[in-house]
Amino acid sequence: MKTRKAMTVLKGAAAIWLLGATGALAQTTLEFSQWWEPELPKGSLRAIMDDFEKKNPDIKVTLISGPYATTRDQIAIGAASGTMSDVVGLDGAWVNSLSAQNAIADMNPLMDGSGFDESQVADIIEIDGKAVMFPVASFVYPLFVNLDFAKEAGVSELPSTRAEFLEAAKKMTNADENKYGWALPLSLQSPSSVLNDMMSWVWASGKSMLADGKPALEQPPVVDMLTFIKQLDDAGVISPGIASKTEQEKVEEFVNGRIGMMVDTLAHVNLIRERNPDLNFDVVPMPVTEGYDGKRGLTYASWGIGIAESSEHKEEAWKLVQYMMSEDVNARLVSLANAFPGNVNAKPDFVNSDPVFAKAFEIFQEGYLANEFTGLPEAVDLMREFDVETQKMLEGQQTPEETAAAAQAKWMEKF
Amino acid sequence: MTARGPKANYKLGRQIAPYLYLSPSLIVVGLLMLLPMAMVIAYSFQESAVLRPDTSFAGFRHYRAIFGDEVFWASLWHTLYFTVASVVMHMAIGLAFALMLNSDRISPMLRSVLRVLYILPWLFTQVIIAVIWRLMLDPNGVVNSILVDLGIIGSKVAWFSSVETALHAVTFANIWAGYPLFMVSLLAGLQGIPKDLYEAADIDGATGPQKLVFITIPQLMPIIVSISLLDFIWTMQVFPLIWLTTGGGPIYATEVLSTYTYKLAFSQYNLAQAAASAVTILLISIGLTLFYIRHQKAR
Repeated sequence: MKTRKAMTVLKGAAAIWLLGATGALAQTTLEFSQWWEPELPKGSLRAIMDDFEKKNPDIKVTLISGPYATTRDQIAIGAASGTMSDVVGLDGAWVNSLSAQNAIADMNPLMDGSGFDESQVADIIEIDGKAVMFPVASFVYPLFVNLDFAKEAGVSELPSTRAEFLEAAKKMTNADENKYGWALPLSLQSPSSVLNDMMSWVWASGKSMLADGKPALEQPPVVDMLTFIKQLDDAGVISPGIASKTEQEKVEEFVNGRIGMMVDTLAHVNLIRERNPDLNFDVVPMPVTEGYDGKRGLTYASWGIGIAESSEHKEEAWKLVQYMMSEDVNARLVSLANAFPGNVNAKPDFVNSDPVFAKAFEIFQEGYLANEFTGLPEAVDLMREFDVETQKMLEGQQTPEETAAAAQAKWMEKF
Repeated sequence: MTARGPKANYKLGRQIAPYLYLSPSLIVVGLLMLLPMAMVIAYSFQESAVLRPDTSFAGFRHYRAIFGDEVFWASLWHTLYFTVASVVMHMAIGLAFALMLNSDRISPMLRSVLRVLYILPWLFTQVIIAVIWRLMLDPNGVVNSILVDLGIIGSKVAWFSSVETALHAVTFANIWAGYPLFMVSLLAGLQGIPKDLYEAADIDGATGPQKLVFITIPQLMPIIVSISLLDFIWTMQVFPLIWLTTGGGPIYATEVLSTYTYKLAFSQYNLAQAAASAVTILLISIGLTLFYIRHQKAR
């Protein structure tokens, strides 16, 4: 009897071992590092991963989450040491360096192998013919206006051109009461303001900071933008502390009613409402140069997704990428994040329920998405170089033309 | 072939034993300190270090590049200013507060309260200190408000945003954050000075300042030198406070060696040049450490 029992146990153990050895019980664990989880409602990204795991019982997903800057540094180190997570959240500003290091995989073969319908995705970021990133969610940067502030200052029509913006900002500014028209956060700690608050003026008027893929900073679009920024500074309409101001401080100033207008991501709408429920604000398209009536470029930043070249589970990683880009899941994610979708068929629910988002969606549909830093080499450093030169201009050390020339020279070293 | 006798084995065992006892620490130090240091030194001589597998020997190219960069020299100068000013002021404020807390002229109750208040900056992390001072020195912050009300400044100053004031402002924040180390160490030293020295000085008719100069300071000198050297080494490497208040700006006004190295590594991804910069900091730190060790031995 004892022998029979022992044999049964042994047979069971052998069967389990056999299943494990043949892969029937094998489970792949994917690491997915990103900065999105802390920015989404608590537990929501994990819930999406749980649903993915239910649909793919042989795959487990471990989320590695941290703030944006920490994730960027982790990915940079991971790329250097070959220890990047299987699936990574990406910013368009990073992909050139990562691709040059051969750290992110080309997703073309994976798309071909799985019969993926490319027409459903809004964009595919390619470097040297390699598909390295899909934008999962896009955050557009319109102009936010404090309506009560504007009314008090006698601004009846919200600005649509640069001249109107300057006039409105002048009316809103009252330095004695710590009230200013606009904020420009040029802290070198995170120089993304160059993209959001400066180049957005160039792209809004349908212009470019590049020519044939190379910097064209000495051309009129960028020089005019710098001249305009200088004009705003000379008029005293920018809130003080420009060189050390961060994006968070800009938003705080808007929330507290200290600035009347700011260029900011739509992702901050809920944050602004939470911090000041009484704030009466609206979003409008970025003002353009006089006489421009073409389509307006709308600055955006995106949560991108890609696969590590060093991943040993590219097939499984691709399943997760496909899942995140699928219509329903993408709509669910962007609804949570208040972003615009990476899947063209996905319809986020906030567009119908919230007037500010509905307006932003109109702006989004009437214009086109613009972010020329995506895919540029050492994009963050390009922004930092431009930031330093702009600070010199605002300190009175150089003219807008000299600023553009100095930045052009520094940028050309990277190309 | 001769067999080793039990006596020889015992002798060998006795010789090896100290190293065996030390081996856990030696292994940990080797793996966690010496190996990374050696790797960083090696990277500083490589082309495209870390980023590419096919690296080649670059000689002193990266060192020449950073020594030829005017921003590096500006960073070195800012580091020296930041460090020397911080250490001197830490010492002066620390000594003043320690003397106050050691004085019999202040009631024990008040001394206890002051002791807690004065030590507070030491309890904050550098991140919190950066946030506090960003708020205090904001153009609309409390410091500007007080200075304008008192008529000391005519208009609000953007302390961290102006090229003229930014380096002084971060140095000030660091002075505020670091004096308690001196205060606590000097207070311990003051309590150890024999009372009879002061009694003898009283009999000789010495004044208060004379007692300070001829008794207190000479008695505290070993502590002052030791803590100053340690503070010099630590302050030279301060990163979060500067990064979170000014990011090294405006322009390069507060760029110090640590922010310069960070930008090379994580903004430009030029890890080889960043390694060369880090090795330069290491050499300066080693110089100071050797000085410190010599001083400790001399004591």
